[in-house]
Amino acid sequence: MELADIIVKFILVVIIFAISLVIAMYSTYAERKLAAFFQDRIGPNRAGPWGILQPLADGGKMFLKEEIIPTNASGFLFIVGPSLAILTACIGSAVIPWGQKLVIGAHVIDLQVADINVGILYIFGVVSLGVYGVMIGGWASNNKYSLLGAIRAASQNISYEISMGLSIIALLLVTGTLSLREIAEQQHSWHWNIIYQPVGFILFLICAFAETNRSPFDLPECETELVGGYHTEYSSMKLGFYLFAEYINMFISSAVMVTLYWGAYNYPFMDWMAANAGPNIAVILGVILMFLKIFLFIFFFMWVRWTIPRFRYDQLMDLGWKTLIPWAIANIVVTGIVITLINR
Amino acid sequence: MEPLSNKRKQVDNKPLNFLERAYLPAIIKGLGITMSHFFKKPVTIAYPEEKREFSENFRGMHSLKRDENGKERCTACGLCALSCPAEAITMIAAERQPGEENLYREEKYAAVYEINMLRCIFCGLCEEACPKEAIYLDGDIVPSDYLRKDFIYGKDKLVEAPLNQ
Repeated sequence: MELADIIVKFILVVIIFAISLVIAMYSTYAERKLAAFFQDRIGPNRAGPWGILQPLADGGKMFLKEEIIPTNASGFLFIVGPSLAILTACIGSAVIPWGQKLVIGAHVIDLQVADINVGILYIFGVVSLGVYGVMIGGWASNNKYSLLGAIRAASQNISYEISMGLSIIALLLVTGTLSLREIAEQQHSWHWNIIYQPVGFILFLICAFAETNRSPFDLPECETELVGGYHTEYSSMKLGFYLFAEYINMFISSAVMVTLYWGAYNYPFMDWMAANAGPNIAVILGVILMFLKIFLFIFFFMWVRWTIPRFRYDQLMDLGWKTLIPWAIANIVVTGIVITLINR
Repeated sequence: MEPLSNKRKQVDNKPLNFLERAYLPAIIKGLGITMSHFFKKPVTIAYPEEKREFSENFRGMHSLKRDENGKERCTACGLCALSCPAEAITMIAAERQPGEENLYREEKYAAVYEINMLRCIFCGLCEEACPKEAIYLDGDIVPSDYLRKDFIYGKDKLVEAPLNQ
């Protein structure tokens, strides 16, 4: 690998890191604003025009708050918990292809940090690591509400990972590869996987809600029952990290859903654009459209949050084990049969 | 028995059909409802900048009135303090001196007139009791403050501005 390539990769990493942080920051603003609109209110509008400086004010508040570590908490693990949560949230974006390759002179710039051939497995590994942040944080707090919240989070994530994995298997039968770059390339122009895997997508979507602990599956932190869930004892920026990690997770899982099912950076007439407007412009348009799709998903996450009430815990487990897993398995079987019949 | 209103509904516990159990149609319906609210005009009144119109008989902060010549109407008879169910009003009467005829309408006036706004319940009995039409609850909402003593409003805050200003 040349030095220039390494520098380009480094810049790309920094840009993606910055973008995910900014998007997470403004997701908090968007969440409050959208919540207000859904409830016929105005939402934050005091900090800056239309309140767009609100996330900065919130962040400043988080930093200036007193740092409290409970006496009986396990000091080291108490700090490891939120660090792990935000770390796992941030590294997920490494394998997502943000666009096709840009060609500038003799240089080819790959808009993906790492094109590993087991991209989906990597995503799954990172997602399942995320539960450690919650679990360690809840355990280290030495508080029964935190522990209950953490246990709920852990069992919920583990349950929904199974059906998430099964819904992906059906997709892998269609694509025949684990590399996210190849999956994205296969969905050229309008051949998006959602056409071939609508049931798989719905299953994946539901599991994504559960994995990111978003409403209606926000039981780990349901404030009405568990005080604050696993982050009851957290204050200051450590609490901020947990909340932030949730929003980054939402962004990353939106990106994964767009990549896997909604055609990633592909759009109809992309070949026409590449021929008439220049290949680089077509690539950049693809990147913009990818982000638009991601924002639509983030909007959908918030829309659902302000529509549906929280599940009861036994209903959550029922849905995960008795509904989603059988449907996912049936989806695999049907997909397999159809593929076999077509290829014969 | 004949139903009083036609709102009575027979409750049934029949099991849910497949679509109802699938839960997704209900979710989509709910999403539609929230989306319809998304485009509705917000009901918020951004308070310090916008103010809601008070109704015509709104009772706000008291004001001690002056007559058409700018003289204070109050004659410190004490009927308002007597009628006050919250015992919020207190006053000290004084005799009008020669040369003060342009300030006070009657020979007796209130040298000190205090209303404790924390006690006041804004019932309006003082304005009904007043024989001189000197007190009316026609002001704004009483503003907030930090100390209890600052809620005892004296004549400096209650008396209307003089005419010639």
